[in-house]
Amino acid sequence: MIEIDVTRQRGAFTLQARFEAASEGVIALFGRSGAGKTTLINLIAGLERPDAGRIVLDGRVLYDSEAGAIVPPERRRLGYVFQDGRLFPHLSVRRNLAYGRHGNPDGAAFDRIVDLLELRPLLGRKPGTLSGGEKQRVAIGRALLSQPDALLMDEPLASLDAGRKAEILDYIERLRAETHLPIVYVSHASDEIVRLADTLVLLSDGKVAAVGPIEDLMSRLNLRPLTGRYEAGAVIPATVAGVQDEVGLTKLDFPGGVLRVSGSDLPAGRQLRVRVRARDVSLSLSPPNDISILNVLPGTVQEIGDEPEPQVDVLIDIGCPIWARITRHARDRLGIEPGARVYALIKASAFDRRNLGYSGGPRNGKEAAEPTPAPK
Amino acid sequence: MSILTPLEVEALSLSLRVAAVSAAASLPFGLAAAWILARIRFPGLVAFDALIHLPLVLPPVVVGYGLLLLFGRRGPVGAWLDEALGIQVVFTWKGAALAAAVMAFPLMVRAMRLSLEAVDRGLESAARTLGASRARVFFTITLPLMAPGILAGAVLAFARALGEFGATITFVSNIPGETRTLPIALYTLTQTPDAEAAAVRLALIAAGLAALALIASEWLARRLKSRIGETREGTT
Repeated sequence: MIEIDVTRQRGAFTLQARFEAASEGVIALFGRSGAGKTTLINLIAGLERPDAGRIVLDGRVLYDSEAGAIVPPERRRLGYVFQDGRLFPHLSVRRNLAYGRHGNPDGAAFDRIVDLLELRPLLGRKPGTLSGGEKQRVAIGRALLSQPDALLMDEPLASLDAGRKAEILDYIERLRAETHLPIVYVSHASDEIVRLADTLVLLSDGKVAAVGPIEDLMSRLNLRPLTGRYEAGAVIPATVAGVQDEVGLTKLDFPGGVLRVSGSDLPAGRQLRVRVRARDVSLSLSPPNDISILNVLPGTVQEIGDEPEPQVDVLIDIGCPIWARITRHARDRLGIEPGARVYALIKASAFDRRNLGYSGGPRNGKEAAEPTPAPK
Repeated sequence: MSILTPLEVEALSLSLRVAAVSAAASLPFGLAAAWILARIRFPGLVAFDALIHLPLVLPPVVVGYGLLLLFGRRGPVGAWLDEALGIQVVFTWKGAALAAAVMAFPLMVRAMRLSLEAVDRGLESAARTLGASRARVFFTITLPLMAPGILAGAVLAFARALGEFGATITFVSNIPGETRTLPIALYTLTQTPDAEAAAVRLALIAAGLAALALIASEWLARRLKSRIGETREGTT
């Protein structure tokens, strides 16, 4: 369990953040720039100091203003991956990696991490000669090798191009599955969040707007201004049921039935988190027959958004909540209102790798999935 | 050393010793002053900065006279040094080193301070999250990264000390074999009738020494920079 309750004021900006989350999987601190994400992660790391409050990780008090307890950053046992890598330019990759293992020469762990991140060919090089993606891999390896209790990542992909982003995302996904280390992950990119996050902490203007499992928070209409409208959509849990190799499709079991997605590189039985963007979902009142769309899912309209936009978002229960973005015109023409029976149409090609995230292992507290209201 | 006269050997070796000792001895003080100026914010900072830079703008004779007042046999610091430690500074080569160190101090501190300010503090934070204490961060990150600046400061101070004249002659006078450094020996020769040839030789030796110091420092700086990394990381 990670327990945060801190206040910190600098100039006109006040951070006043309070939340608790199970310390497992990826806890994403999500919000616009200026929301206080980096300040919050620096407070956790001990690189900045709160004015008052408490920070506790798995029962270990890192900061407690009332008790006067301030653990310095070097004794917090938190690996920190910075946005800009921050490799030591005068040390080789090998010595960068070994820096945090001071007095703890565990050769097996070194080899395991080096292999996990495929760093062996880089060991003899200086950071100045590495590409951006290579630097970030070394930075992740260095943080892991300091044998931390948790990993902190502050927008680790922000300075990378799209190709390197995808590559590092793969590595982060792999290390989440293989190390079972809790990760606090700061980002303002919703595709990263959807792929990686188990728990979402929504930050806005220095305050925690909501905390909860990502599936719940991403589908809540009142959080839409914070989760982002353009990329808005639902996140649904699914399991790979099988691959139809002959047609290049993969079948996913999800609470509302079967979803067919293009691509055939996912192993059967793999648990996934699937992002269904509202703009990829169309609605029909009757099941269409002569249509190329493979996923036709019956459901009931729950709620209709009322943003001052030409389009509105419709929440549909198809066994789990998903969103469809349709025009106001279509809504009026089809007479769509809460309670209506509809069919949600989703193209198989709407799901690419960026919309499919591997879920971690068992997720405690998922049953008690009530999103926590923001503490005042 | 057959090509040099005994007088030249004496002046040269004394100058090298004085300059080396003054640069080496002021290194830790220079580092401390640079650290205070670059990293610590306190109300007297501007005054402290001015005090450090004072020898740069004061006439060297004033600095030498000030040292004489402080470190002379009856001066407050000189008397204490004599009684407590048995060290005499005035009219000895140690005094010459002290005068040279004071005159070169602003140059040394400036080079070190600039290199310290160029050290990315984010790297220091990163080192601490990896479990390094403040002391370990200083010795494994900060110090190696500012090494070129420390070297530059030391070389500048050494070169400045080689040329020190005004404060030295005021403070420790002109004693052959003890305080008669190269510039003072040269000055003495220019005041001696029929010594032009000897004076020119000494002037050439001084110029050669200065050129040698510059070349050596450039070579060392290049080696250090390549050790720090071909291209420094563009971190903010």
